[in-house]
Amino acid sequence: MSDPVTSPTPFPAAGNISDAEREDLRRHGILMTSLEELHNWGRSNSIWPLQFGLACCAIEMIAAATARFDIARFGAEIFRPSPRQADLMIVSGTVTKKMAPQVIRLWNQMPEPKYCIAMGACAISGGPFKQGYNVLKGIDRFIPVDIYIPGCPPRPEALLNGLIQLQKQIKAEQLTGPNAARFTRPEEPSEFPIPAYGAHDLVPTKNDALWAPPTPEAKA
Amino acid sequence: MNPFTPSAPTPFASAPGPTVRAVHDEFHGDLLEVSMGPQHPSTHGVFRMVATLDGEQLVKLKPVFGYLHRNHEKIAENTTYLGSMPYTDRLDYLCSMSTNWAYALAVERLAGQAVPERAQYLRIIMAELTRLVNHSCLVGFLFNDLGTSFTPLLYAFREREKIIDLFESLSGSRMMCNYQRFGGCRVDPTPEWLAAAQQLVDNFPRFLDEYERMLTGNEIMLARTQGVGRLDATHAINAGITGPVLRASGVDYDLRKVDAYGFYAQFDFRVPLGAHGDTYDRYMMRILEMRESVKILQQAFKRLPAGPIMDPKAKLRGFRPKAGEAYGRLEGPKGELGFFLISDGSPNPYRYRVRPPSLINLTLLEEMCLGHTIADAVVILGSIDIVLGEVDR
Repeated sequence: MSDPVTSPTPFPAAGNISDAEREDLRRHGILMTSLEELHNWGRSNSIWPLQFGLACCAIEMIAAATARFDIARFGAEIFRPSPRQADLMIVSGTVTKKMAPQVIRLWNQMPEPKYCIAMGACAISGGPFKQGYNVLKGIDRFIPVDIYIPGCPPRPEALLNGLIQLQKQIKAEQLTGPNAARFTRPEEPSEFPIPAYGAHDLVPTKNDALWAPPTPEAKA
Repeated sequence: MNPFTPSAPTPFASAPGPTVRAVHDEFHGDLLEVSMGPQHPSTHGVFRMVATLDGEQLVKLKPVFGYLHRNHEKIAENTTYLGSMPYTDRLDYLCSMSTNWAYALAVERLAGQAVPERAQYLRIIMAELTRLVNHSCLVGFLFNDLGTSFTPLLYAFREREKIIDLFESLSGSRMMCNYQRFGGCRVDPTPEWLAAAQQLVDNFPRFLDEYERMLTGNEIMLARTQGVGRLDATHAINAGITGPVLRASGVDYDLRKVDAYGFYAQFDFRVPLGAHGDTYDRYMMRILEMRESVKILQQAFKRLPAGPIMDPKAKLRGFRPKAGEAYGRLEGPKGELGFFLISDGSPNPYRYRVRPPSLINLTLLEEMCLGHTIADAVVILGSIDIVLGEVDR
């Protein structure tokens, strides 16, 4: 919740009333909420993922959409084949250097607000294929990732948990004020440079604004 | 005459020239080049087809591979023999059990390793359960391509989950089982596991009946698949096509009969054959093979002997086969899956090569698709049954 003192808007939090007062009003049939809460409630419960499978994890992503795990319970069952209609990109599988430019192009084509889940060890870091010459060592070198789901492949329950974490993140987003969400700030980039598939590696090999190799800690 | 059925398959000839511009000035009229994939809802992973269209008809189709090239062979040459076993899971990620077996078979040939009887039976059980998973899911995906939008796939995944649960309780992982070892299997199933598997197999024909009642006689399905994507036996043999795609063209070639690896020679089952080599035959092959797999499984459960599951002489750590080469192959759900290994006596293979059925079955895609509409190309691709982890490796 934003601070009512620093927030420039006249409708800061969910009204300046306590939860008990709110509950009391609700019993009388009056629903008190803020525009921000209503907006986030709607967005977090209708995330449309991009229908986009890369490798093994895609099979578990399909399994999450089928009857047993039923991702529809969380409002995310509408897999859109077109990036223009999608809110969420689930990078499910190994991103090779040949595929990375297309993945980033798909990300650029998605309209804001958009979110990215890196599903599985390969999308996070290259996973078991990290030593391969053709495997990108983590999609977060080129696009911002919101949720990381470890596993090889992660179980469908793990994907559902990742989705719930993303919903929590969306519900906590602010629309105004100094801590407003990324997509409300025009200076934040929405599109990222697409690397070229060069002779030996991607050119450039990483997006310097997003990712830097971890600095080794000096032992005391 | 069904209006959806093309009157005659076009002769196997691709339009000349590499690009649209080259064919533009001939009397083909205006051609359109469409790039399908690597991100496309119906190209089965990251496969890309560059299709040249005359109206809606395909005159040229160029497949583009390599979007999932994960350096499997190079990594395997730099790791120990056993270290490659988990990587083989990720080749054909729908049927890890049979891929494991193919690799174990090649290494056992290389090292002259014996396998105990119980392990042979367990391997057959796992491979046939994998075949059930693969074929039922494939039919679901094929109908997705036909436009049923998920419903048959929901039924297939319901059955898949039951079998995957069995795999998980046995090996610890749903998809990446890593179950076979050189000289046996890793875990011995308990009697409860076998009873659960037996019950699943007993109920499986009921699922197949339900599946077939929904799908096989469907009028739209018949119109979209019969006579579509014909492949004649001569072309199929010349291209090295194997598995259900070859048998749909009427060629009686099943490695379970030809090689009789494992203990398949002792099992009573038939090899279904198609007559036309079209998409419908390829669909029926999968259904009939699942029924035969159920028969094999019933026999295997009945005869499963007691005993060890690992050869006591088998060596897993510090495994160094003597110099030589070996080729191990088996009838995977998609076709002949082979591993070729050259050993120089070191802990790593000197050369490690996979013969992937998916890639080789894909080589005649253009010939099957020419003259059909672009919508049929999607269905033909679905009926070939590819997994990109295996195509690109």
